[in-house]
Amino acid sequence: MIRAVLPLLLLLMLAGLLWVGLGLDPGRVPSPLIGKPAPAFELPDLERDGETVTEVDISAEGVALFNVWASWCPPCLDEHPLFMALAAREEVPIVGLNYRDQPEAAREWLARHGNPYRRVAADSDGRTGIDWGVYGVPETYVVDGEGIIRYKHVGPIDETILENEIMPLVRELQAGEAP
Amino acid sequence: MKVILLPLLMLLLAAPLLAAAPEEFDDPAKQARYDSMLREMRCLVCQNESLAESPAELARDLRREVARMIREDKPDAEIRAFLIERYGDYVLYRPPLRADTLALWLGPFVILLLALIGAAFYLRRRSRGHKETPLDPAERARLKRLLGEDETS
Amino acid sequence: MIPELGNLALSLALAVAVVLSLVPLAGSLRGNSAWMTVAHPASMVLLLLLMLAYACLSWAFVTHDFSVLYVANNSHTELPLVYRLTAVWGGHEGSLLLWLVMLGGWTVAVSVFSRALPGVFTARVLAVLGMVCLGFIAFTLFTSNPFERLFPAPAEGTDLNPLLQDPGMVIHPPLLYMGYVGFAVAYALAVAALIGGRLDSAWARWSRPWTTAAWLFLTAGIALGSWWAYYELGWGGWWFWDPVENASFLPWLVGTALIHSLAVTEKRGAFKVWTVLLAISAFALSLLGTFLVRSGVLTSVHAFATDPERGAFLLGFFVLAVGVPLLLYAWRAPRVRSVVSFDLFSRETLMLANNVFLVTAAAAVLLGTLYPLIMDALGQGRISVGPPYFEAVFVPLMLPLLLLVGLGHWVAWKRADAAALARQLWLAFTTAVAFSAILMLWLWGQAGLLVFVGLFMALWIVLSSGLAVFERLRRHGGWRGLRRIPGGFYGMHLAHVGVAVLVVGVTVVSTFETERHVRMMPGDTLEVSGYAFRFDGVREVAGPNFDAIEGVLHVERKGRYVTTLTPQKRYYRVQREPMTQASRHPRPWRDLFTALGEPLGGGAWTLRIHFKPMVHWIWAGAGLMVLGGLLAISDRRYRIRRRSGREGGEPA
Repeated sequence: MIRAVLPLLLLLMLAGLLWVGLGLDPGRVPSPLIGKPAPAFELPDLERDGETVTEVDISAEGVALFNVWASWCPPCLDEHPLFMALAAREEVPIVGLNYRDQPEAAREWLARHGNPYRRVAADSDGRTGIDWGVYGVPETYVVDGEGIIRYKHVGPIDETILENEIMPLVRELQAGEAP
Repeated sequence: MKVILLPLLMLLLAAPLLAAAPEEFDDPAKQARYDSMLREMRCLVCQNESLAESPAELARDLRREVARMIREDKPDAEIRAFLIERYGDYVLYRPPLRADTLALWLGPFVILLLALIGAAFYLRRRSRGHKETPLDPAERARLKRLLGEDETS
Repeated sequence: MIPELGNLALSLALAVAVVLSLVPLAGSLRGNSAWMTVAHPASMVLLLLLMLAYACLSWAFVTHDFSVLYVANNSHTELPLVYRLTAVWGGHEGSLLLWLVMLGGWTVAVSVFSRALPGVFTARVLAVLGMVCLGFIAFTLFTSNPFERLFPAPAEGTDLNPLLQDPGMVIHPPLLYMGYVGFAVAYALAVAALIGGRLDSAWARWSRPWTTAAWLFLTAGIALGSWWAYYELGWGGWWFWDPVENASFLPWLVGTALIHSLAVTEKRGAFKVWTVLLAISAFALSLLGTFLVRSGVLTSVHAFATDPERGAFLLGFFVLAVGVPLLLYAWRAPRVRSVVSFDLFSRETLMLANNVFLVTAAAAVLLGTLYPLIMDALGQGRISVGPPYFEAVFVPLMLPLLLLVGLGHWVAWKRADAAALARQLWLAFTTAVAFSAILMLWLWGQAGLLVFVGLFMALWIVLSSGLAVFERLRRHGGWRGLRRIPGGFYGMHLAHVGVAVLVVGVTVVSTFETERHVRMMPGDTLEVSGYAFRFDGVREVAGPNFDAIEGVLHVERKGRYVTTLTPQKRYYRVQREPMTQASRHPRPWRDLFTALGEPLGGGAWTLRIHFKPMVHWIWAGAGLMVLGGLLAISDRRYRIRRRSGREGGEPA
């Protein structure tokens, strides 16, 4: 009896797996850095000559967003207005990592589209990007006041992701930090 | 959700930076280590290519890092750890043997064992006594009728 | 208007498929022969309608009708005519239409060649094929209609993916689909046999040529895909264990097992239940492959653009198409009795071993392909399972099988005499052992043990098959007997020799190849495996719809001119995508493979230069397998003579 229905059982298991699989995104690779301290770096400040930005600067004022972007990346432009609006609300500081870009092009881009960033680190050769596990620009991280990475999103963020995933987490972390 | 990967890939392909020269080693042993290491690493931005094959910028950066570590005589395990720390197990084409990959690595051999046991039981039943049972005459006649010819074998 | 005609034809085909699925089946159950015979004209009409739809889509491509969304997405006014015609199957929707035409073609072929079979049985087979057609037509019409209009129509199309503008890629998908779809026939025969409740030798005999035919198309399709990847992707690899490649390899492995188990069921009446399960599985895996490629659950280089609705539809269809036969199986299988017995040492046993290894190998490939999905579904994180895994588990499973390939056909059915066998084969065996031992001593330290095992297996297979053919000829009175021996015999040996040739190619190329990825300035010379490659700089060339930069490589060996290679970097004007076009100098014993990389400034370029010894043997081996399959289906024994009176009903 078991032998007769075994193929059917295998089929149903396979179908169940594939059904779950349909709801998953094969392009999403979770970062192993979640819950770990932000990787160290010391990079030239994009806007202030001679100054440097380090990972400590990200969480200097508590919870912060860390956004990886580049002037050659059209999706970065898509999400840009959201960051501009967020910066205007002054709810959470945003620190930028300008990834594999030419500093002049990046500065021009910020001048044209507005600058939502508290600081921007210029990672011209992408070396810091590797330490952060960056694999698709733009990427957005939430770093808490202790300098621990709490969240990562690959690809441009949109209203839904910002309001339903990022901001609730930011507020929760900020509430935890408040004395 | 699923559509975003391709534009990202295109972007990385189109990143306006100068190509880097391929990594070459004077020591053939190091070259061999480098080549075989890259073939077992997955490029994250691509659909399904190894670091050795991928033309993406990120793959190039990672090739440079791997080459640097090989020149510094870092052991393979350390280079692998470097990549896993940053990108997770996803970069490994050869999944590590762990509790949750045990079924993957042992599965084929367990299946083979089960199949062999099943086959052995079947064979024992079939060969027991080995008495010559002629083909069912009715079936044989029917076969002949249907095929309109004698069975040749 | 023409696209609307195509749409209409497809809708009518849906209706005809409903008729074909229901009427003959109902007739077969109620003994109404008029209803049963509806199957034949219905199959024919179905095929004609599908061909009409296909012709309409081709017409839209030929006339640059960019008001059709699919044409706008896959063509361009500058695209050459031949690629416009092949662009019909360049995307998801059109390739489904091609798939449908082929399914219709197989159905009509069954209808034509099975006139001699009992009417009840034919009616059921055609009805099952009708149901498969129905599922795919519905899928095409409701989720992937190639005739969908685009309004307003763009003035220009977005062009065909440049990767597909290549002869290899033009023929590869049709062959692959012919194979996938062809297994539907073996499946339909099995399901019809299950409905009737008789799994007999006659059923196995009818199934054999159909299975072999599907298998040879699949073999050719896979081999062409591998060949295309080799020269087009520019990496010099020929098999990547990509999920999509695995998806085509799975039905191949199970189909190969099926070919062997059908032989046992036909000749000896054994393995009936197992054979029927394999017949269902081979097609189930074809469907699974279709699902994996078109649903987007796996990451692959080859995957079509996907959407979840299609995935859900295909999954539902898959569960129905496989689940219902398996229900039938659960009901019928326990009642199938088999009275056959055979000795432990007999051909039956070796065929069983063949099936054990092939099916286990298929299970291993399936496990590796789906494991990342299983981990992800269980929330265990994302992992990759790539070539290192597949090579580690697949090779050990294939080695014993290769040993059996040389042995199996010598062993008699029912009961074999081991001592007599040893007398016949010891010379071939020791020759193969001695040859690889000598080779091992000669190449000591230059290659791993696996090479010698591989070469031993290949030589063993060739010697064993050669000896078998020789013996057979001697018994049939020398060369005059040549034509009296059935095609199936030659076919089998040719296919087995093909396996040996492929094994030689695989082992030699993976051990002795040289791959260099280097920076070269004009005038630089690089020595690779005895060949001196001098880089003479680059020049610009223009193609019909692309511009290219072409590297010039002057190749010498021992100071004598060999060839000039011109690898290109193409920029397709419309899709603005860079493409690498490798340049090769192929010879039977080796291939010189060059690909142009990127400019490094100052005239320097990156170049890939590969030396690939005996790489072509891989595809030559596959070619021999296909020829073997062709010989086997041409076997006269399969031409069932037409009987004078048509048999009435079949006892259910």
